[in-house]
Amino acid sequence: MLELKNLSFSVEDGDRQKEILHDLSLIIDNGKFVVITGPNGSGKSTLARLIMGIEKPTSGRIFFDGQDITDLGITERAKLGVSFAFQQPVRFKGIRVIDLLRLAAGKTLNINEACNYLSEVGLCARDYIQREINSSLSGGELKRIEIATLLARQTKLSVFDEPEAGIDLWSFQNLIRIFENMRREIKDSSIVIISHQERILNIADEIILLADGRIKKTGSAAEVLPELIGTTAAVNACDRLK
Amino acid sequence: MLDLNIDDIGKQILAEVADIHDTPAGAYNFRVNSQLAGRHTTENIDIMTKEGLPGIDIFIKPNTKGESVHIPVVVSESGIKETVYNDFFVGDNCDVVIVAGCGIDNCGEHDAQHDGVHRFYVGKNSKIKYVEKHYGSGDGNGKRILNPVTEVYMEEDSVMEMEMEQFKGADSTERKTIAELKAGAKLVVKERLMTHGNQVAKSDYMVTLNGENSTADVVSRSVARDTSTQAFSARITGNAPCNGHTECDSIIMDDGKILAIPSLEANNVDAMLFHEAAIGKIAGDQLIKLMTLGLTEAEAEEQIINGFLR
Repeated sequence: MLELKNLSFSVEDGDRQKEILHDLSLIIDNGKFVVITGPNGSGKSTLARLIMGIEKPTSGRIFFDGQDITDLGITERAKLGVSFAFQQPVRFKGIRVIDLLRLAAGKTLNINEACNYLSEVGLCARDYIQREINSSLSGGELKRIEIATLLARQTKLSVFDEPEAGIDLWSFQNLIRIFENMRREIKDSSIVIISHQERILNIADEIILLADGRIKKTGSAAEVLPELIGTTAAVNACDRLK
Repeated sequence: MLDLNIDDIGKQILAEVADIHDTPAGAYNFRVNSQLAGRHTTENIDIMTKEGLPGIDIFIKPNTKGESVHIPVVVSESGIKETVYNDFFVGDNCDVVIVAGCGIDNCGEHDAQHDGVHRFYVGKNSKIKYVEKHYGSGDGNGKRILNPVTEVYMEEDSVMEMEMEQFKGADSTERKTIAELKAGAKLVVKERLMTHGNQVAKSDYMVTLNGENSTADVVSRSVARDTSTQAFSARITGNAPCNGHTECDSIIMDDGKILAIPSLEANNVDAMLFHEAAIGKIAGDQLIKLMTLGLTEAEAEEQIINGFLR
């Protein structure tokens, strides 16, 4: 279970403080599939980074399974069972896909096991397993490898920052199937997804709508979606381009 | 087991520089503290001691394929200063692996220095893979100095792949490599370097593409830690329709210093030459990504460097 208590985060903006998140409190129960949505600049990605420990809150506390993790670093949180998929995955010179999957799994994966994770995200494992995670991979390929590293991690809490961005050529159904498998296979695991995508919002147990750094509304898809449809918070990719 | 008159330190150095744990198959020549410590020749590969100069001549008969030559050097006595000349005469149509490497263990007060001058005459249509590793150990105040010089003369349609590696312990190195290529010849250089402490490493390549359709690819990756200093320069000269590329890519850490000078000279309108150079510290988001997988910052740094120098 993840609990955020009165969480605020601000950054320096010239000679004043700019508040990105304001006194935010929420609970994400075990086994839940939660989507955090909201317009651009509402603080969604910041919230995800605070949960992973990449940013530190200005005030407030974060609890994971009852333990106060506010002062723990990224590594400690990762070891406790928090994982994070970057919106823009990182490239490395010389580190191969198999290396990253092994680091994620925290053990020596054999090639077959590693290949299974890649097949799950729709990549032909044979073609990718020895590839370097460098600029020769497209944004969409990197994104899927990023998701595969979270499959290999098998943690209790997985946070995905806009996992659908850049993977248009792959079907949404597969992405959704992956999230559902994760929930089923990892006992009491919860999944938090930052997304604008209506199809992802549709399958959420709970939607948290952020606006201007505050929680505007929380509830089931049925409760929150009607309010969102037609706003920039939830439209499909093509509509947003119009 | 290694059936040679070498002490444990020497054996450890051999393992580091030439990956030798057993007596190697094929031809070999071991030089330990300026003395011949073991030699083996084959029907196709002959090794002769030079007359008048320290060093050896290696003769590889035409059409020799699938054989290897190991010529490691160990210096484990403080105060040794030597220059050794090794010449490789490779016949036409060969396919051979050559493993060189020098390790210095200096526990004494005096400097220990090995300057190896290697010359390769590569015959037509021959393919050579050359691996050279440098290693230094020992906790004395004497410096460990290595100054390798490599000259490569390539006949038509020959291929030379060179892997140069230096990861630990040499206090000072000054590497000079020159290569001259005839028509259709191909040179591929992969240099990997990591310096720490107060080490100083210089590396200088001069590659001349004289023949039509000759190609060269000289790629260096390096990491400079602590207060170490590196200088890399590579010049590719195209005197014919040819293809040349050089790239130096470095990670700078702590108070390291790195100078990178790639340069190109074209003397023919159909010479196609490219260079790239980049120096930068480890990207913060790379560290963060690996830490989100449960690695500590130090472990993440190690993985990034190991990958980079692969």
